[in-house]
Amino acid sequence: MTAQSTPLSGRPRPRLSAARRLRNLLMGVLIALSTVVVVAPLLLIFFYLLREGLGAMNLEFFTRTPAPEGETGGGLLNAILGSLQMLAMASVLGVGVGVAGGIFLAEYPRHPLMPTVRMLSDVLAGIPAIVMGLVAYGLIVLQFGFSGLAGAVALGFLMIPIVVRTTEEVLKLVPVTVREAGLSLGLPQWLVILRIVLPAAAGGIITGVMLALARVAGEAAPLLFTAFGNPLVNLDPTKPMSALPLEIYRGATSAYDENQRLAKAGALLLILIIFATSLLARRASRRR
Amino acid sequence: MNEPVRPRPLTRAPLSARSDRTFQGLILALASVIVLVFVLSVYQLGRESWPALREFGLSFYTERTWNPVSGQFGAAQMLIGTLVTSLAALVLSVPLAVASALFVAEYAPKWLANPVGYLIELLAAVPSVVYGLWALFVIAPILGRWQQGFFADPANVALYTRCQDLWNSGQTTLQCFFVPSAFDGRGLALAIIILTVMILPYTASVARDVIRLVPADQREAMYALGATKWEVISRAILPYARAGILGGVILALGRALGETLAVAMVIGDSQEIIKSLWGGASTMASVIANQFGDAQERLHRSSVVALGLGLFFLSVAVNFLARVVIARLTPKGIQ
Repeated sequence: MTAQSTPLSGRPRPRLSAARRLRNLLMGVLIALSTVVVVAPLLLIFFYLLREGLGAMNLEFFTRTPAPEGETGGGLLNAILGSLQMLAMASVLGVGVGVAGGIFLAEYPRHPLMPTVRMLSDVLAGIPAIVMGLVAYGLIVLQFGFSGLAGAVALGFLMIPIVVRTTEEVLKLVPVTVREAGLSLGLPQWLVILRIVLPAAAGGIITGVMLALARVAGEAAPLLFTAFGNPLVNLDPTKPMSALPLEIYRGATSAYDENQRLAKAGALLLILIIFATSLLARRASRRR
Repeated sequence: MNEPVRPRPLTRAPLSARSDRTFQGLILALASVIVLVFVLSVYQLGRESWPALREFGLSFYTERTWNPVSGQFGAAQMLIGTLVTSLAALVLSVPLAVASALFVAEYAPKWLANPVGYLIELLAAVPSVVYGLWALFVIAPILGRWQQGFFADPANVALYTRCQDLWNSGQTTLQCFFVPSAFDGRGLALAIIILTVMILPYTASVARDVIRLVPADQREAMYALGATKWEVISRAILPYARAGILGGVILALGRALGETLAVAMVIGDSQEIIKSLWGGASTMASVIANQFGDAQERLHRSSVVALGLGLFFLSVAVNFLARVVIARLTPKGIQ
C-alpha cells in the first residue's frame, strides 16, 4: 500500500511535508504582510490629515477666503465655491455627452460609427489629466483667458469616458425582453429607450456619474492652466476661479505655515467628500 | 439632383419612424462630441507644439539638453525620467498588489475581505495632490533625516565629495548612484515611492477580479492532488490569471506615465541627466505642471506642449497594448 503510493514523490513523506508546510505558512504570512503594506498608506494619510487638518476646520475655514501671504487666519470659501461651480458645469458636459455616448454604444450597436466612438472613448479614458488641461488651454484660454468655464470643460472632458463606460455597461444589463415588450406595444424605439430602458438603468447611471465626479473633484493638474485659481470668491464662470485641489497644491508647495495649514484642512475636506461619494456610489450599486 | 428634397409623405413614414430618426440623430450628435474631443486634442496639441517640432525636428524627443535660457530644448531627460519612475514603481508595486489581491480573494474570510477591498478602492480615489502633500510633509522629512544620518560617518562624507566631483562632470558610477544628495528628501527616490503607492490599487483591483474569476475546478483539481494552499496559488491560480494580471499591470503603467502633481511636488524638478537615486529629476508630466505657467517664450511654451503631445501618444499606445494583451492572452471565460 505505502510502497505504491510513494513512487511519485520518491522521498519519504514526512520530511517533504514539513518543507511544504513551512513554505505554505511562510507565503501566507508574506501575503498577509504585503496586504498590510498596501493598506497602510491610506490609513496613514487619513490619520495624518485628521490630526493636522481637523483643528483648522473651523467656521472661518468655511466662510472666509485665504489671508494674504504671511498673515494668519482665513479659509477656503473661494475654493469650495469654485469647486462646486466647476463640477456643476463639468457635469452638464460630462453627463450629457457621456450618457448619450453610452446610449449610442448600447442601443445602436450596428451603427457604422459605433466602433470608432467606442475606441475613442477608451482612448480618452487613458489620456493624462494634465494633457487635457493643455487641450482646454489651447481651445479656450488662448482666446478668452483663464476662466472657471475653461476648467469645467477640462474636467468635463475627463468625465465623459467614465460616464460612457458605466452607462453602456448598465444599459446592457437591462434585458432585451423588456425592450421587446415595449416595442410590441407599438412604442417607437426612442420612447422605449427614454421611458423604459433609461429608468430601469437610472440607479447605475447615477452611480457612474458620482464615481466620475469623485474622480475629477480631486484633479488639480487640468485646472492649473485653465481655471488658474483666484484668491477671492468668484461666481462669474468667465473669470479665473479657485478649486480645492488647486488650493491644496498651492498651499502644500508654499513656504508659509498658514498656507500649509489651510492646504491640510482642504485635503481633509476633499478626501472626506470623495470617500463619502465613493462609498455612497458603491452602496447604491450593490443594492441593485 | 435638380429637384429639391421634399419630406416624405406621412403615410410612408409614420410618426414613430420620423421621431426615431430625430432621436437617433440627437444621440449621434452628442456621441460625436467624443470624436470631436479626440480630434480637437490632437489638433490643439499638434498646432501648439508645431514651432518646437519644426525647430528641433523629431530629435526633440532624443536630445538631452533642456535649457530655457539658451533656447535649447530636448525631451530625452524627461522621457527617461518618466520611464524610470514608472517602471521602478511598477516593479515595486506588482508583487505587493498581487499579494494583496490574493489575500482578499483567497485567504481572508468574508468579514475581512470586504473592508480590505473597500480600503484598496478608496486608495485609488485619493487625489494626486493629497498624495503629493503627504509625501512632501511626511515621507520627505523621513528620507531627509536618513540621508543626514548617512553623513555622520566621515568616510561617507569623503565618498560624497568624490561623487560630487563626478556628478559635476556629468557622470556617475553605480556606487555614487546610491549616495544621498538631497537633504530635504525630495528627488527621484521619493517620486518612485509615492508613485508605487499610487498605482498599487489599480493593479490590485484588476488582479483581485481576475483571481476571483479563476474557475473553482482549477483549485479543486489541485487540492485533490494533495497540494498545499500556496501550491494551488502558485501553480493553478496564478498561471491561469497571468494574462489578466498583466493587463492590469499595463493599465497601471498608463496611470503612472501620466501621474502629474504628486510627482511634480516631490521629484525636485531637475532637467539634468539622472545621476543619483536621491537627486532631482523630472518627468514629462512634472515639467508640464512646473513650467507651462512660467513659460513666456514661444519656443519654451511650444516645447512644453510637445512634451504633452509625446505623453498623449505614449498613453494611447500603452492603453492600446493593455487592451491587446487582455484580449489575446485571456483564457476563455475570463473577461
